[in-house]
Amino acid sequence: MSLLTSLARLRALDEKIAQPVATVRHCHLAERPMVFIPLKLSGEAAAPLAAMLGTDRGDPRLLVVPQPRNRDLRFAWAAELAGVLLPYVEGFLGATETVERRNADPYERTVDAPQIIVPNQGGVAFARLLGRSTRFRRPDGPYPVPESVPLLGRWLTYFAERAAYPGSSLMLAATDELGRHWASGQSSLEDANLAALMSWITTGPNDEAEDPLVWPPAGPATDPGFDAEVLAPAIDAGSPERVAEALRTQLEPTWRLMWQAIDLLAGLPEGASVAQRWEQDRGSFSGMAAHIAEGAPPQARRDGAVAAAAKLARMERAQAAYDVQRAYDDPLVMAEYRLSGEAFAGEVIETVPDNVEGEGRSRKLRPLVVIKTDDPVRLAPGTSLGTPQRRAQGAALVSADDGLVTVKITKGMGRGRTAAPGAVPEIGERVCYTSLTDDFQGSPALPEAEATPWTHGGPPQEYTPVDEDAQEEWS
Amino acid sequence: MTGLMREGDPVRRLEVLRGTTPPRPHDARAIAALAANPGCARRALMDGAGIDKDAAARHLGFPAPFGQSPFAITRGNAFEALVKADGCAELLRMLREVLGLPIAEVAYHDVENVGAHLRHAHTRALIDRAARDGQDAGTLYDHPLLSLGIAGHTAYLEPDVVAFQLGGRFHIVEIKSFAVIDGQADPSAVAGAARQAAVYVLALRAMLEELGHDPLMVSHDVVLVCPENFANRPVATLVDVRRQLAVLRRQLARMTTLDRLLDGLPDDLTFDLRPGEDGRPTRPVAELSDALRRTTARYAPDCLSTCDLCFFCRDEARQEGASDLLGRQVRDELGGVASVDEALGLADGTRDPAEGQEEIARLLRNAERLRRECLT
Amino acid sequence: MTDSPEQVIRNVLADLPRHRGVVVDSPPGAGKSTLVVRAAAHIAATGEPLMIVAQTNEQVDDLVARICDKHPHLTVGRLSAGGYVPPLRMLELPGVRVGTRIQDLGDPDIVIATADKWAWIGERVWPWAIVDEAYQMRSDKLLRIAGLFERALFVGDPGQLDPFSIVDGDRWSGLSWDPLQSAVSVLLRHNPDLPVHRLPVSWRLPASAAPVVSQAFYPFTGFRSGTGPGDRWLELTTGGMGTVHDRALEEAARSGWALLELPNRHTVRTDGEAVQAVALLAERLLQRGAVAGSEQGERPVTAERIAVGAAHRDQVAAIRAAGLPPEITVDTANRLQGREYDVTIVLHPLSGRRDATAFHLESGRLCVLASRHRHACVVVARAGIAELLDAHPSAEPVQLGVPVKFPDGWEANQAVLEHLARHRV
Repeated sequence: MSLLTSLARLRALDEKIAQPVATVRHCHLAERPMVFIPLKLSGEAAAPLAAMLGTDRGDPRLLVVPQPRNRDLRFAWAAELAGVLLPYVEGFLGATETVERRNADPYERTVDAPQIIVPNQGGVAFARLLGRSTRFRRPDGPYPVPESVPLLGRWLTYFAERAAYPGSSLMLAATDELGRHWASGQSSLEDANLAALMSWITTGPNDEAEDPLVWPPAGPATDPGFDAEVLAPAIDAGSPERVAEALRTQLEPTWRLMWQAIDLLAGLPEGASVAQRWEQDRGSFSGMAAHIAEGAPPQARRDGAVAAAAKLARMERAQAAYDVQRAYDDPLVMAEYRLSGEAFAGEVIETVPDNVEGEGRSRKLRPLVVIKTDDPVRLAPGTSLGTPQRRAQGAALVSADDGLVTVKITKGMGRGRTAAPGAVPEIGERVCYTSLTDDFQGSPALPEAEATPWTHGGPPQEYTPVDEDAQEEWS
Repeated sequence: MTGLMREGDPVRRLEVLRGTTPPRPHDARAIAALAANPGCARRALMDGAGIDKDAAARHLGFPAPFGQSPFAITRGNAFEALVKADGCAELLRMLREVLGLPIAEVAYHDVENVGAHLRHAHTRALIDRAARDGQDAGTLYDHPLLSLGIAGHTAYLEPDVVAFQLGGRFHIVEIKSFAVIDGQADPSAVAGAARQAAVYVLALRAMLEELGHDPLMVSHDVVLVCPENFANRPVATLVDVRRQLAVLRRQLARMTTLDRLLDGLPDDLTFDLRPGEDGRPTRPVAELSDALRRTTARYAPDCLSTCDLCFFCRDEARQEGASDLLGRQVRDELGGVASVDEALGLADGTRDPAEGQEEIARLLRNAERLRRECLT
Repeated sequence: MTDSPEQVIRNVLADLPRHRGVVVDSPPGAGKSTLVVRAAAHIAATGEPLMIVAQTNEQVDDLVARICDKHPHLTVGRLSAGGYVPPLRMLELPGVRVGTRIQDLGDPDIVIATADKWAWIGERVWPWAIVDEAYQMRSDKLLRIAGLFERALFVGDPGQLDPFSIVDGDRWSGLSWDPLQSAVSVLLRHNPDLPVHRLPVSWRLPASAAPVVSQAFYPFTGFRSGTGPGDRWLELTTGGMGTVHDRALEEAARSGWALLELPNRHTVRTDGEAVQAVALLAERLLQRGAVAGSEQGERPVTAERIAVGAAHRDQVAAIRAAGLPPEITVDTANRLQGREYDVTIVLHPLSGRRDATAFHLESGRLCVLASRHRHACVVVARAGIAELLDAHPSAEPVQLGVPVKFPDGWEANQAVLEHLARHRV
């Protein structure tokens, strides 16, 4: 968080309404997102209690475990959940496009992909744990489960993994996405409460948002008072209807908030790079589907040395790209870098479009642009720059003095002796330059897992699912 | 003893602060929580005086947002019972694994059998004997009762189990019902368990020292026992609590410096709840609230998960328009500017920076300029 | 009684053929580079090819220069990335070839490159490797290059800053191969029997600094200074004017340390008063014609021999903007790692803050800042750090299966602060 966001929070606190911290939407929003609100039994890692889910705001599905301590009922619940989620996920596998690749075979990518939206990070964690507790199950053997349950486990594991991947929109946590676009007048800790955050954005702060009797928690943990006074008696009474009704009261308010949150996000225009990131999501999703179709084993319990390093490299790459793309897509995000002196914006007051450097064969066109700016520039001469106005272009800082900055364009102005039309900004144009650039070179190869070196424990034992995994107790 | 009774004596002053309200005994959780916000004078005084902050918060109309689900309680009890069943048979299996207990036969002492009032003395005698001639056999002590001096009071502490290992080392066993899944557990839950276990380590070390034994016979590695994965089957993990011990020692030492805080307070200031015959507080809420406001709180949003008084102090911060509401990080970013109005005034340029505020004013104005430019 | 440095080096060299890996912990200025150069020559003398891995281009260039200086008969191949421009002095060195591919280098005794560059090399296995600054190297980097060598000597300073990532790596915590851990931690967790040696003497830190740094940051292993109390001196040849800045410099010249304490106030990170104090100190140090005397003789403390350190980049930018001579190094702790100066001026990471974060308390940060100097270290801080530490909440999360790292940042900060208080002006 920067001073810019802090100022927005102060303003929100003063004006009693959240303030925007983005001018465009930085996540993809599916046409038909799957809203998924899970509840778990208190005191347990991932024992499901209920879920409300669906793609139609007028028609939520409520799935309930009427006796949460009964393991058969839990698996029956998981099978029911699979009955809703799997058709949704698999529904995107039909329509594909062929993607040509350099140095690799073309592959099929789905033209759209599923999107699961949970209320908060707790929801993501629950999906991950539910995935972990179901993906090793087997439809045969001593503790058989319906065939769909392990498949559900693999997909939930996948979505929860993807949720930790910077810039991915396959599984979103509503509070995170809202927080990326609006600053409330409360702390980021309190922003994890969906009802409280939503009231800051829509009507202004309201202490009722913290009252579990008015706004039940958005899960996966339930309100202890509700557990004691409503749920426990209903379970003890052995009445599935009473349990279901009790849980419905806890889920419906959140269900409404979730769709309201989606509407809020949908009201923002989509950022320019969102489609590109969603394309990567579609590619990843297609890869996962192909993986399952090929009969590959479920995801390992923990990453091996090579898998961990590979994942870290991908995530770091994605994080860097996501940071740059958001700044280029959104002047309000770029303003953070302008404030810290890593970017500056202003009006072009002079240009030398035909400036050249060097002699003879090494003579190069290097158009000069002089910008007048109010921003505090903290960039050294020679720093490479990029600009959101001309994304393919590269530039370098020549000098910065007293609000006047000279940059030279080094790349992307055409190959002729003079710059291509439009390549050099006109006098009077507003431009922004930043040292933040996305010029990633690719990362070096890792060894094959079988060739894990001695420094990292040597080749790992190959994972083969064992009966013990499938029979792991689920009490 | 006359020294203890002299006017303005800290112990007496703390008793005045508490008034007629019975002292709330410190348990390990409360002692561990001392480190949560040491900069808060209000909290330090209330803890030092042994005041029930939960009861005070309720009476003030700001009940703490902490509750425990009956399901979680049942689960915790069931798990502890399972670990301790059949003379801690399961526990022994695990201890053999993580500590390398070499012997098959381990003695089991349930200290509770002697009756509550004797438990502490009995624990002391057993530990003394074990420390003196402990080379013969490993012993498990169930329901022991330890003590620790806190700001002039003795707090009694009940660790889950103390295990005594053959090698002449005591290990504290902490049983928790949060899950360890594929070797990982919720880091804040583990931290909580580690802080609590550190209190027991310190108390047992103090006991050994009093008895003339080497306090370092108590290991800084505690045995954390949790359910593994999604089942009830327990798994034991060693947790090194040296850092938590250092923090705890620091906080206990601080408790002896409460007189500095007391010095600035009026002599008759009291946080007395004035419990009636039924134990319910009778003190007028406004009066108690005024008394509390005479002490300085240091509210931060982190208090919402650690302190019973959090909603009271948050409300106070709201009334004052304090930037503390937004979190420690925001507060630090604003340099010395404590109030929301002041910060916004500097940003808008409607307020001239006071001496020393020139830089934050420049930064805020710049931020305000950028926000305006981007949003219009 | 600890072994002499010479004995430690001999033990290390003797261990090399006996173990697949040998680790050498080197506190600040304990002759890590000397050891690397010696081990390189020792291995090269066997006739077997050697690869050397360092973390930055500067470190690589520095090692190339040292090897050529000490052992001019050795041939060295300096492998680099495409955009790298070798310093002129390197091109002049006999026996050194620079290239972007192994094939360009001929068949030198030693090939040396950064870890990043080595990660692109394949299809050859060296019998020997030396990995320098191994504690600053993330284990995923080691994973990429460990297949290139059969045996390796790992050298580094465990007290400096840990490697980090811009993404949250909690998911891998507790794994013995956690990619965010340092190369040495992962190596030792998988190979706990490898010998770990410690260089016992700091040749950089003066007698006034070694005990302080040793106790605060290396509480269990410790080291001593190679020079005695009278062996190093710092003299200000021109007179002072009695200002606090002058008095701070005089205290530093006299005792090796000074704390210039500014009035207690919460400030923004780029605290103008503190920045100005830092800049003034540097300027006055030059004006007062400081001369440093040591076992290496007497020399003036020129701008190149002065460094200014801070925690954040914006602080560095602000100090730079305060108009220091460009020859004075101004940088963050991260980038000052492994460097050495006569005098350092440090903006205390906790100065002017109301609360400390894990970043500000990280012991490695303060360790780097407090251990770059051969003669004296002047710290600029606002009063109130003691109160900040006292009020610091302790609620660090605990990950299962992750060994606890010592020293604790809080304790280290407290120890250094207590020491500095004795040199307050």
